[in-house]
Amino acid sequence: MRPGDELPPLRIPITRTLIVAGAVASRDYQDVHHDAELAREKGSPDIFMNILTTNGLVGRYITDHFGPESVLRKVAIRLGAPNHPGDTMVLTGTVTEVDGNTVDVRVVGANGLGHHVTGTVTVEVGR
Amino acid sequence: MSGTEPTADGLYELLAAYEGRPAATGGTGKDPVNLPMIRHWCEAMGDTHPAYRGPDAIAPPTMLQAWTMGGLSGHTDRSGAYEELSALLDGAGYTSVVATDCEQEYLRPLRPGDEITFDAVIESVSPRKTTKLGTGHFVTTRMDVRTGGTLAGTHRFRILKYAPAGRPPATGTGAERPPARRPRPVVNRDNAGFWEGVAAHRLLIQRCGDCAALRFPWLPGCADCGSGEWDTVEASGAGTVFSYVVMHHPSFPAFDPPYAVGLIELAEGVRMISNVVGVPYDKVRIGMPVRLEFLRADEELELPVFRAGGED
Repeated sequence: MRPGDELPPLRIPITRTLIVAGAVASRDYQDVHHDAELAREKGSPDIFMNILTTNGLVGRYITDHFGPESVLRKVAIRLGAPNHPGDTMVLTGTVTEVDGNTVDVRVVGANGLGHHVTGTVTVEVGR
Repeated sequence: MSGTEPTADGLYELLAAYEGRPAATGGTGKDPVNLPMIRHWCEAMGDTHPAYRGPDAIAPPTMLQAWTMGGLSGHTDRSGAYEELSALLDGAGYTSVVATDCEQEYLRPLRPGDEITFDAVIESVSPRKTTKLGTGHFVTTRMDVRTGGTLAGTHRFRILKYAPAGRPPATGTGAERPPARRPRPVVNRDNAGFWEGVAAHRLLIQRCGDCAALRFPWLPGCADCGSGEWDTVEASGAGTVFSYVVMHHPSFPAFDPPYAVGLIELAEGVRMISNVVGVPYDKVRIGMPVRLEFLRADEELELPVFRAGGED
């Protein structure tokens, strides 16, 4: 593995169920993550995914790739275009640094509106 | 994309005073780390990592914040300072919240049975920014999450408290204000004479009582000789564009970009910043003759501006 290596993309259909299940599993009861009517009142066309779910999906993308021995050390993400129901997010990753067992991966999650998430993950791989 | 805007209402100065103050002190997780919550998380995320299952399960590290959440019964651990900051932003019309950044570092794994405690500090409050969502302030907090007194992870979190686009914020006090009013000038004892002149449609320039140097804008002392003595002379109203910029972004509710802001050299020799009117923004040129006129911005405010093509 070397800097510049690309991880295979992961396509995640953004269903209403995923958004609501992620919000509840992360104990985030903000109405914009489960109530479409109240989300519209706040200027959003529909409900949208909460940041904790995005964080969880980014972590999963990395450990899915690096396997059962991999351990997350750092996850730093920034949100852009929201994940609304009916969209698809495609996660892609590029290795930016390899230091022994520690790997830094630059992650982008793109949906139909643009970049939903950009960030960096530091993961320890198979010791 | 975002742009910094001036603080017409002084709100930012109030908000910035909360930087460094606690956001949560001695918070405790509502549940200890537990397998059911871990399993529900993994189901939602579609995460099948074997480390998160079985008798030696650890929690997915990305669950760090979930253990600190208030849930439907709400946060009981937030500090007075954080509540005050939120109330200030709500009162100013920035009632909507969206999370924008999350940076987590995981120092030791969390296992079922671990009791969670946390402390957080308000790390920064941004000046007012305009984003696609609307105008508001970013608030960044940094949390230390512990179990059994040991640091398990750190969590930096940034939210935007904003007024949705198209819905202008109220003033800092929560009172209604028409959206399209220009900022009020700050009138004090050093410049009150200037604004009295404007009210009488006279553009007054200060003249040093000792060395007779003209100065603008108004100041208590002479920059040439230091004298505090002065009187005024009335500008003839003739001038030329010495320099200019065209404002495209950020937009401010009272203004309609693009528009030209000119540095006008008066016939008397001093320069002042003002709008150049009567000509499209892209036709303003250095050296263009302009003539003073007074713009009534609203029922309370008149301003000196300069009309292009000035010599009459």
